[in-house]
Amino acid sequence: MNSFFARKFVVQGIFIVLTAVLITRLFYIQVISDEYILSAENNVIRRLPIYPARGVILDRYEKILVQNEPVYDLMIIPREVKAFDTLEFCKLIGIDLAGFHKRFKKARNYSPYKASIFEKQLSVQIYGSFQEKLSNYPGFFVQNRTVRRYPDSIAAHFLGYIGEVNQKVIEKSKGFYSQGDYHGITGIEKSYEELLRGQRGVQNLMVDALNRPKGNYANGKYDTVAVSGEHMISSLDKELQKFGEQLMHNKIGSIVAIEPSTGEILSFVSSPAYDPNSMVGRKRGNNYMTLLNDKYKPMFVRPIQAEYPPGSIFKVVNALVAQQFRLINENTYFFCPGGYRYGRKGFMGCTHVHGSINLENSITESCNTYYGYAYSRMIDYAGMRPVNGFKRWRKAVSAFGIGTALGIDLPGERNGLLPTDELYTKRFKNNQWGSAYTISLSIGQGELGITPLQMANVMAIVANRGFFYKPHLIKAIGSKKVIKKEYLQKNNAGIDSKYFNVVIDGMSAVVNQPSGTAWYSKIEDIEMCGKTGTVQNPHGKDHSVFVAFAPRDNPKIAIAVIVENAGFGATWSAPIASLMVEKYIKKSISRPQIYVDRIMQANLLPGAIQFSPTSKKITIDNISSTTNTNEKPNRVIRTNE
Amino acid sequence: MNNQRSLFFNVDWFVILTYIVLCMIGWFNIHAAVYDPLNPTILDLDTNYGKQLIFIISAIIIGFTILLLDSKFFTTFSPIFYAITIILLILVLIIGRNVGGNQAWIPVGSFRLQPSEFAKFATCLLLARYLSSGTIKVQEIRTQLVAAFIILLPTVLILLQPDAGSALTFSSLILLLYREGLSGYFLAIEGLSILLFVLTVLYNKLIVLAGIIVVAGIIFYYYRKSKKMIKVTGFGVLFSILFIFSVDYAYNQILKPHQRNRIDLILGKVDDPRGIGYNLNQSKIAIGSGGIFGKGYLQGTQTKYNFVPEQSTDFIFCTVGEEWGFIGCLFVIGLYLFLLIRIINIAERQRSSFARIYGYGVASILFFHVFINIGMTIGLIPVIGIPLPFLSYGGSSLWSFTILLFILLKFDSNRMGII
Repeated sequence: MNSFFARKFVVQGIFIVLTAVLITRLFYIQVISDEYILSAENNVIRRLPIYPARGVILDRYEKILVQNEPVYDLMIIPREVKAFDTLEFCKLIGIDLAGFHKRFKKARNYSPYKASIFEKQLSVQIYGSFQEKLSNYPGFFVQNRTVRRYPDSIAAHFLGYIGEVNQKVIEKSKGFYSQGDYHGITGIEKSYEELLRGQRGVQNLMVDALNRPKGNYANGKYDTVAVSGEHMISSLDKELQKFGEQLMHNKIGSIVAIEPSTGEILSFVSSPAYDPNSMVGRKRGNNYMTLLNDKYKPMFVRPIQAEYPPGSIFKVVNALVAQQFRLINENTYFFCPGGYRYGRKGFMGCTHVHGSINLENSITESCNTYYGYAYSRMIDYAGMRPVNGFKRWRKAVSAFGIGTALGIDLPGERNGLLPTDELYTKRFKNNQWGSAYTISLSIGQGELGITPLQMANVMAIVANRGFFYKPHLIKAIGSKKVIKKEYLQKNNAGIDSKYFNVVIDGMSAVVNQPSGTAWYSKIEDIEMCGKTGTVQNPHGKDHSVFVAFAPRDNPKIAIAVIVENAGFGATWSAPIASLMVEKYIKKSISRPQIYVDRIMQANLLPGAIQFSPTSKKITIDNISSTTNTNEKPNRVIRTNE
Repeated sequence: MNNQRSLFFNVDWFVILTYIVLCMIGWFNIHAAVYDPLNPTILDLDTNYGKQLIFIISAIIIGFTILLLDSKFFTTFSPIFYAITIILLILVLIIGRNVGGNQAWIPVGSFRLQPSEFAKFATCLLLARYLSSGTIKVQEIRTQLVAAFIILLPTVLILLQPDAGSALTFSSLILLLYREGLSGYFLAIEGLSILLFVLTVLYNKLIVLAGIIVVAGIIFYYYRKSKKMIKVTGFGVLFSILFIFSVDYAYNQILKPHQRNRIDLILGKVDDPRGIGYNLNQSKIAIGSGGIFGKGYLQGTQTKYNFVPEQSTDFIFCTVGEEWGFIGCLFVIGLYLFLLIRIINIAERQRSSFARIYGYGVASILFFHVFINIGMTIGLIPVIGIPLPFLSYGGSSLWSFTILLFILLKFDSNRMGII
């Protein structure tokens, strides 16, 4: 009967073999392979970033320039939304019905279970009235976030702005940023991004298959807290900055003021400016496009990006370099017949017939002829071939920080232009050229390009009698007030201090002697030393330049002012500089208000009618009132309508 | 008589103990699968594990009731049981409730009855009765045809639901027939078929054909003196060629896209963990993330948070794998293997061939379920929706496996008695 009894073992054998197959496979996926453990974590753990507060930026007296202000994003979880009065809802947050459906659809498509933003950055008023009725709208809630707020609407170019990261930045950051994060795009916000952004925290949440949160993972063992960004103490003087922006209103140009003893930048005006608050919030995109298309280019950071031939202010540099080369001294006289003859037929005109003129007066009266001779001595009569003379001259000039970026802590600084001998050798097709070929350089014209920052830095060198600190915007970082080492390092300009006296005498006379070019900008009780300049502009009216430092002894401020298309340095730049200096040193203005108002109200934009009666009177109140008017991105445009 | 002194005198307590342990493992894992750590409940009869407790208790009652019945009841009425199941299987096609694409349930009050579950033991009983009657010899073609009919009738009806998984279960009865004398070639053919199927789906059929001819050539060369071997091999080649072409046809023309997808996934032809491969991938992740010792009871995240579909029914093994790890899996599979070996031994110690044949039926069906179900959760076998015996949530399957097992235990307890 049991004839096939042995087959029992075959059947049991099949059972055992196939069971062994199962166990082998289980051993592989459970013990050997760890791919599944990782997949399981990916399945169930969501790492939610906790955003730190971005660092606050303060001025040199620790008054707030940028702070964080809470905004309220309206969030939606589509699945939890129940029927409600849509019309009332729309009215409440100020959208129309079509907009409502559009947003709702978008949120639904994103995820019915996950929260997404329904409307960004509700105003405080809307938030207030909405919060009262929140219980009427299940599925909606309000999430706090912070945005940057600029209480005085000043220093836009200096501070920069932040914006959402793009794909490129995300990829480059190696996982630090993700979609929707903000980062600094320009200004200090960009250059100190790593410190300002702080450290993000992580909350590990468990979610189910439908992405619904199911509590903390491992009781928060692996969670980290967010660390706020460092606050920055900038070198800026808020009041001075505000005053400078008012003075430069309706003008194209820059003001850069430096504290010579530290290299700290006290004022950094780029005009036309824009309200930094316009780069925040719901209308940002439109504002940005308006600014971008503005013909006066308000986004251009003129103090570090605009390059000008410096004009007569360059005489200060040549006077110092020529002395250092011992080719002239305070007793060197040249005869000015109203111009300088060079080469066979060349003639460089001078403002006046100065007759016999010494070094000091050459500065005070800005004598072109004097510098024609001085330059010629440096190049042609330096005891070497003119090309080598030029090389030596160039090296000495570049020690003033001209021709290379100074390394300010802002993105986008330009080098400027200090021509090399190769340039001329190439242009003249041999190296037999001498001073006559490049004579414009003697008076700061020709192939020179100097940024306003570099001009101010030259003044800091003169003020310090021979050295400078790297100009910078951030004085100290964080509560420990850390100062970057490079800002404590003295840079030598290569001119012995004794050579400065005669130049400074001349510069003092520019302002403080009736014969000086800036006599009308003399400040009571302060001995300001300055030099006017007029930059020839082939495209239109000349640019007005004035550089100065004050007081003469123990200088507190070195300044460069450029007003484009404004004519002589003495007419616009010098008064603006003198007001700035007085404001900084005395904290008040001794001159009558009408004098100040005349400058503030002057409209020097190309094409504008000067002193136009229609141009609005800008007062401090009027400017600060732009703080909460996002839709007015640009003061220039508004008053220019 | 002995068995009148105590009703449970000769009952195999090892099997019953294993059975109860498996049921409890199932119950705990169903609890873990539906456990919500945010709203822990003690015992709620509305939840799956609450219901499963009722199913387990009622199954045990059913089991012991069977032990109280006379074993003649099952031999005598086996055609009746078979007839009733066939009628129910026809009925379910007409009045059945369609759940998840399968018309497999007949609503009875608040419960749903799944006739295909009961078809398993009814078919086993009738097959045992037919094969044990007098002069029947399995080697005879006629017997084979009748046996095939008994097996295929419910299979076809279940296929019409269409519940391919349950229908496939009946193919396991070939082990029973093999034990009773069916030629070993049938087993070999089944093995060969599976191999050829996989190869044909994976590779071009011409390559597979070429391979077969090469293998056949080698066999011909080595066994050129053995006429029998040449005959067998020749038959094998002929079968293979026919099979390959029919597989090719069946795979591309007969199988539904979702079935084809499941096969493709297992064979690695497609890789789509978010779409058609979601179930399988999540199932593997759950088990694989368990490691050696598992995450601990109620600590599983993949099953608890609904990443694994059907986590308390067909994919209950995922919870075992995730929370109890490799050790837990080894223990559960060990219990099954012990049970199966024990059932074979029980079957072999029967004096009545009816009981023995039935015993093999029980072992075959249980084994098929265990192997296919676990194999599918770990990606060895295409996803076929059949439950894991005693562990999966569900009354019908638990009761049907209980009845299947306890009828054998009843026969076994009577093995000393007069046939």
